[in-house]
Amino acid sequence: MAGKTEDKKKRKAGSGSTAGPKKKPSAKKAAAKKRTASRKKDFTPNIVVFACNWCSYAGADNAGVNRIQYSPNFRVIRTMCSGRVTPAFVLKAFKLGADGVMVSGCHFGDCHYIFGNYKAVEQFEKTKALVKTLGLDEKRVALEWVSAAEGTRWGEVIDNFVAQVTSLGPSPLNHSKKKRT
Amino acid sequence: MDATVEKLKKNKAFSCLECGKCTAVCPISRFNESYSPRRMVAEGLFYGADGLVDDRLLWSCLTCQLCSQRCPVDVRYSEYMRDVRAEAVSLGKMGNPSHGGALHYIMEIATSPKLKQERTEWIESGLRVKKKGEVLYFVGCIPFYQDFFAKDFEFTPVSIARDTVRILNHIGVEPVVLENERCCGHDLYWLGRLTEFDDLGRLNIKAIEQSGAKTVVTACPECALTLKRLYSERLGTASFEVKHISEVVADHIERISFDELERKITFQDPCRLGRYLGVYDEPRNVITAIPGVTFKEMAHSGRGAICCGTTNWMNCDATSKKIQSSRLKEAKAAGAGTLVTACPKCQIHFRCAQYGEEAEDIDIELMDFVNLVASALRK
Repeated sequence: MAGKTEDKKKRKAGSGSTAGPKKKPSAKKAAAKKRTASRKKDFTPNIVVFACNWCSYAGADNAGVNRIQYSPNFRVIRTMCSGRVTPAFVLKAFKLGADGVMVSGCHFGDCHYIFGNYKAVEQFEKTKALVKTLGLDEKRVALEWVSAAEGTRWGEVIDNFVAQVTSLGPSPLNHSKKKRT
Repeated sequence: MDATVEKLKKNKAFSCLECGKCTAVCPISRFNESYSPRRMVAEGLFYGADGLVDDRLLWSCLTCQLCSQRCPVDVRYSEYMRDVRAEAVSLGKMGNPSHGGALHYIMEIATSPKLKQERTEWIESGLRVKKKGEVLYFVGCIPFYQDFFAKDFEFTPVSIARDTVRILNHIGVEPVVLENERCCGHDLYWLGRLTEFDDLGRLNIKAIEQSGAKTVVTACPECALTLKRLYSERLGTASFEVKHISEVVADHIERISFDELERKITFQDPCRLGRYLGVYDEPRNVITAIPGVTFKEMAHSGRGAICCGTTNWMNCDATSKKIQSSRLKEAKAAGAGTLVTACPKCQIHFRCAQYGEEAEDIDIELMDFVNLVASALRK
């Protein structure tokens, strides 16, 4: 019993000493800095790509068939058209911890539904504005056109976006502590 | 089952006389025959909430309080709906959010403490705001509405924020605007998502208290209700007073000089400002104080005012559109040229009803209360 109270006193005295509070925050800060630095360094981003069924998804397939080497840090979600990808889709991806989101569709004039990609542009403008107001960097979202024959371009587009998001570091909504590969 | 009894007791549902006045006045029941507040209460009383949680109509209630206004035994229907929804949420159920749920995701993202928003871009030169001070202007979701609705509906939601600051500056107040203000959580509260609501509440209360504000002014009735009543209900009494901008302007009406404004105006009472907070006279006093204005009252006004048709961005359907167009027709029938409302959401919903419609009977100019006051201020 007596030992316990003594311990408590010691702890109290320790936290109240002049050297303690001055040193502590700086040490803490340094540790936090180190942590964020290391987190940035080992950081492999989680990227969600919405690819349209008719061009971009087939483009990704083409990249695979042609054995093109490119970054593996993304997951593709196939949508019937890039015009279907509303701000809600992208915001949900961010909410679930994505570090970057890309929307990909057919080139203008190639859309299977004729004007779907024009709608995608409209939706994407809203998405971009919302993402910016939320304080997530605008560079975390991208809109790209990749046709079914452009496997090489798909690889380049993904590589560039992965590099762009990696340089930004983890999203403030990415709570995962595990290193993902 | 015990939990259901608790909910029914808490909201006085056992007193229900089954008189059906609630269904008679409910704006939803007027256009959707399958919806009935009386049935919702009766079903809860006979079978418990188990059946209700799967009912899609559970999410249709506007929580506009019109039924509670008429109920002779004071059944708290809106609160009962909220409690049943909370139960449904705990079972992983949800209604159909409009706009793909984008606005709900914004609310959910706002609960993240690490978030650093860029939401003060609307502050233009000429507007005087501070970092710390006695009076705080709580902006609400307006910056997001600007991103989301401005282009489609050809209006500028941020003008509401700008004009609010302009009015406050005019009466000699330099308000604090928080750089990282969160969504107030109003919609999450009425959808029964109370954990997220509490998170937002704590973040907001902390930020407001750190700014040293004693009075919080807002141009959104939903924010006003949340900050004034819902936060203290769930998170303990707050250290600040909350006022809607119409109350502030009404308090200073003697000191404000207006230019003449030729307009025929009618006023849409937002349900949160009217029936919840009891502010009916202040906006009317201000509008009628502007010289040149002819004020026309709609058939349903004040305590009997009809809601704008959608709340919580939930279950928006043909019924909502019918409520909105009937309200716009009512405004037109009152002989008004401008429908003024004090809630940004009312305006968005009415504009949505007008969008793409060429019908003349719903074609009426829409304006926010602060835009009207700011346009009449003597330069």
